Amino acid sequence: MSATQQLINNQSYKLKTASLTGIVVAGMLYADKCRAEYGINFPPPAADVAQEIYNIHMLTMQITTVLLLIVFGFVFYSLYYHRKSRGFQADQNFHNSWFGNWSWVVVPVMVLGVDLTIAGKADAVLKKVWDVPKEENILDVKVTGHQWWWEFDYLDHDIKVESRYVPEKESGDLYLREVDNRLVLPTGQKIRFLHTSADVLHAFWVPELAVKKDAIPGYVTETWAELNREGVFRGQCAELCGTWHSRMPIVVESVSPQQFAAWVDDQKAIKVAAAAEASADKTWSMDELMAKGKTLYDTKCAACHQVNGVGLPPAFPALKGSPMATGSIEDHLEIVIKGKEGTAMQPWGSLNDLEIAAIVTYERNAWDNNTGDVVQPSDVKQAR
Amino acid sequence: MTTTTLNHDEAHHHDMPTGWRRWLFSTNHKDIGTLYLLFALTMLFLGGASAMLIRLELFQPGIQLLDPDLYNNLVTNHALIMIFGAVMPAAAGLANWMIPMMIGAPDMALPRMNNLSFWILPAAATMLILSFVVPFFPGGGTQINTGWTLYPPLSVQVGMSMDFLIFAIHLLGISSVLASINIIVTLLNMRAPGMTLMTMPMFCWTWLVTAFLLILVVPVLAGGVTMLLFDRHFGTSFFDAAGGGDPVLFQHLFWFFGHPEVYILLLPSIGVLSHVIPAFSRKPLFGYKSMVGAMLTVATIGMVVWAHHQYTIGMSLGAVTYFMIGTILISIPVGLMIFNFIATMWRGAMTFETPMLFAVAIVLMFTFGGLSGVMLAVVPADMQYHDSMFVVAHFHYVLMPGAVFGLFAGVFYWLPKWTGHMYDETLGKIFFWTNVIGFNITFFPQHFLGLAGMPRRIVDYNMMFTEFNVISSIGAIIFGLSHLLLLYIVIKTIRGGKKAESRAWEGAKGLEWELDSPPAFHTWTVAPQIK
Repeated sequence: MSATQQLINNQSYKLKTASLTGIVVAGMLYADKCRAEYGINFPPPAADVAQEIYNIHMLTMQITTVLLLIVFGFVFYSLYYHRKSRGFQADQNFHNSWFGNWSWVVVPVMVLGVDLTIAGKADAVLKKVWDVPKEENILDVKVTGHQWWWEFDYLDHDIKVESRYVPEKESGDLYLREVDNRLVLPTGQKIRFLHTSADVLHAFWVPELAVKKDAIPGYVTETWAELNREGVFRGQCAELCGTWHSRMPIVVESVSPQQFAAWVDDQKAIKVAAAAEASADKTWSMDELMAKGKTLYDTKCAACHQVNGVGLPPAFPALKGSPMATGSIEDHLEIVIKGKEGTAMQPWGSLNDLEIAAIVTYERNAWDNNTGDVVQPSDVKQAR
Repeated sequence: MTTTTLNHDEAHHHDMPTGWRRWLFSTNHKDIGTLYLLFALTMLFLGGASAMLIRLELFQPGIQLLDPDLYNNLVTNHALIMIFGAVMPAAAGLANWMIPMMIGAPDMALPRMNNLSFWILPAAATMLILSFVVPFFPGGGTQINTGWTLYPPLSVQVGMSMDFLIFAIHLLGISSVLASINIIVTLLNMRAPGMTLMTMPMFCWTWLVTAFLLILVVPVLAGGVTMLLFDRHFGTSFFDAAGGGDPVLFQHLFWFFGHPEVYILLLPSIGVLSHVIPAFSRKPLFGYKSMVGAMLTVATIGMVVWAHHQYTIGMSLGAVTYFMIGTILISIPVGLMIFNFIATMWRGAMTFETPMLFAVAIVLMFTFGGLSGVMLAVVPADMQYHDSMFVVAHFHYVLMPGAVFGLFAGVFYWLPKWTGHMYDETLGKIFFWTNVIGFNITFFPQHFLGLAGMPRRIVDYNMMFTEFNVISSIGAIIFGLSHLLLLYIVIKTIRGGKKAESRAWEGAKGLEWELDSPPAFHTWTVAPQIK
């Protein structure tokens, strides 16, 4: 899309929003000023179906606003004219008039008319939202919710992206709206999202895509989208998922198909290099493992067990000085690889041997745990 | 008056207990009504305090006051305390006080069960408060961070406080079901001779429907939380896919209760309005029969549209279409109710005492909340609204006016009857205006937050959501503090004030206004004849 076109689209969006504000919040807010900074309506859609959803939202809002004004009009008219203080005499036979006898038919029929208008319009859009296109070359992205990060598996490309929130120090103004690894998606291609969860319920929500779906452990739900413009779109987890529900942002980076292809190649190269490093028949030194372990621990484990290892008891136990991190290495490896059922401790077995070895070594030696144990990738292999 | 002399004689036959025995062993509908109302008032302040803490935390971005689990524990408790502790007992209190007086009965049909259904409540409240307090003690486990919906698997992760909560819900459910049975039996058997179902006061009708709804849906919730208890402790897998269960099953059970619950909260207040609006419009209720019909329709459709709370779980196209259309159709009977209220005001001779002010506010604001409900019913658009602050704004606009303001209207309307004193009208009006203005400042901006992308139930938010959260929190402080004035007005009225006449309001109609203000301990010992 050219810059001018984008500008025009932007302008018409602004016009629409301004007229909406005029209707809905007339006199309550300085409409235009507020909108620019705070946002009082959905962000501009980035997909055709999202645009249709936006339109049906605006339509129902306009219909309901008109109905609201009618009701308010009648009530305020009555409040003003039918007052005892104005000497108005109550009409004791109003309910026996023709109107009183038949309003119970007239009013429901009128409301039914409005209902059917809304339902009819909504039904057409609903079909498009619900029916995931059956196309050969659709891009499948498996979205897995974890406590408290997102995992994106590009099933066609065998790429996995782990996406976590970025602490306030680094993200600044985008705190809780920024992640370390974005969900990169191409424009102009139909994308199917397969939602599931590793632990509790989560919900994937990016307003620009108008996609929201629950991630349910043990089940797969699906949605789809086709991006029609490039850009960065931000959303958040929308289903309460425990302590750090607020720290599960989703950032979609919409790029051209060429850029997407290049990105895929990059990711594959990184993956191959990491696999080669892990499988290398090498004995790692304490310092190497500690350095790797700290980076991994701080991104993957510190959300619960904290950077300083003291945890947040009772939900998230401390590792500093704990029997788990200072006792038997076998037990320690087992809980990291297999997780602990009924708690927020999830299995980390999908990490490679080197990564687990580094994390376990780090946990056994950091924060004055000082066990001196060095766990090698080969030990992890055995423990699996 | 004849009733007064009758009651004077009665007093010799009935030993009226004094002190704590009067309350603990009470079988008198008026005393039990008072107990219900005082309990509800206490819970209103507990639930309100948790809401204040929630809004204070959200006053600014960042985590200032509450750690995330405590925040979500307060969110959970706010909902449960307000619904089960404040609104439902308050409505039951009004029913206890007014139903026998309105239908010309000497008391409720099952007075001892009436005593039981009230005295279960303090025990339930203790369990509920324990579920909040226990995690603060060593070994108390984690806090309930699930919200009132208690969705598994998250609720399976929670520590022992979840078990306290499950048992609290059982007790609350038993209490409601017992009260409902009592109300149904009373209404069907104890109406004064000559009063038919189609001529009984509308408040009685609304409670009849509410009581049937409660008996139909509360056991389903009890079953759901019991299955949760079994999943937590006895190795069943009702809600665990790994054992062949389904987490979504719990959501269906919960909302099969949860959606009719909305009407359970709403209908008694609709009943109050059906008395307040005619009284202050000096004109009979418009459309008595269509009101009854609309109510039965709401109750029936309301039972079968529960899954509109779960549009995002991945139902089939057929299922969501059904739930969407069913939900939108609810606007027909609800619209008819609102219409009847407006038509009652129309060409009346209105005055605006505090109960009427609340009634007018309900008509306007409940319409607003109902219309945003129509927006939410539209499935494709709900893909955006769902679980955002827009939903929070919507259901507060429905439940505050629809349920709580109706109860306020009822309390102000009948307070002269109960206490024998008129409340201070100026203070009543000040309370109304601070309450309603505070409410709107609190919840109106939350619509914008939701549309702009703020999810609900988050303890911390990006600075793009700051402005409206600040406005909302300031509104909440005004709104919250205004209830202290309510407390003051109620205490002041109990202690004294202008003497209320039997018919405290010029336009008030109904048997309850034939009795003295305050009424004797036992009333209608001889049933009145209805012509």
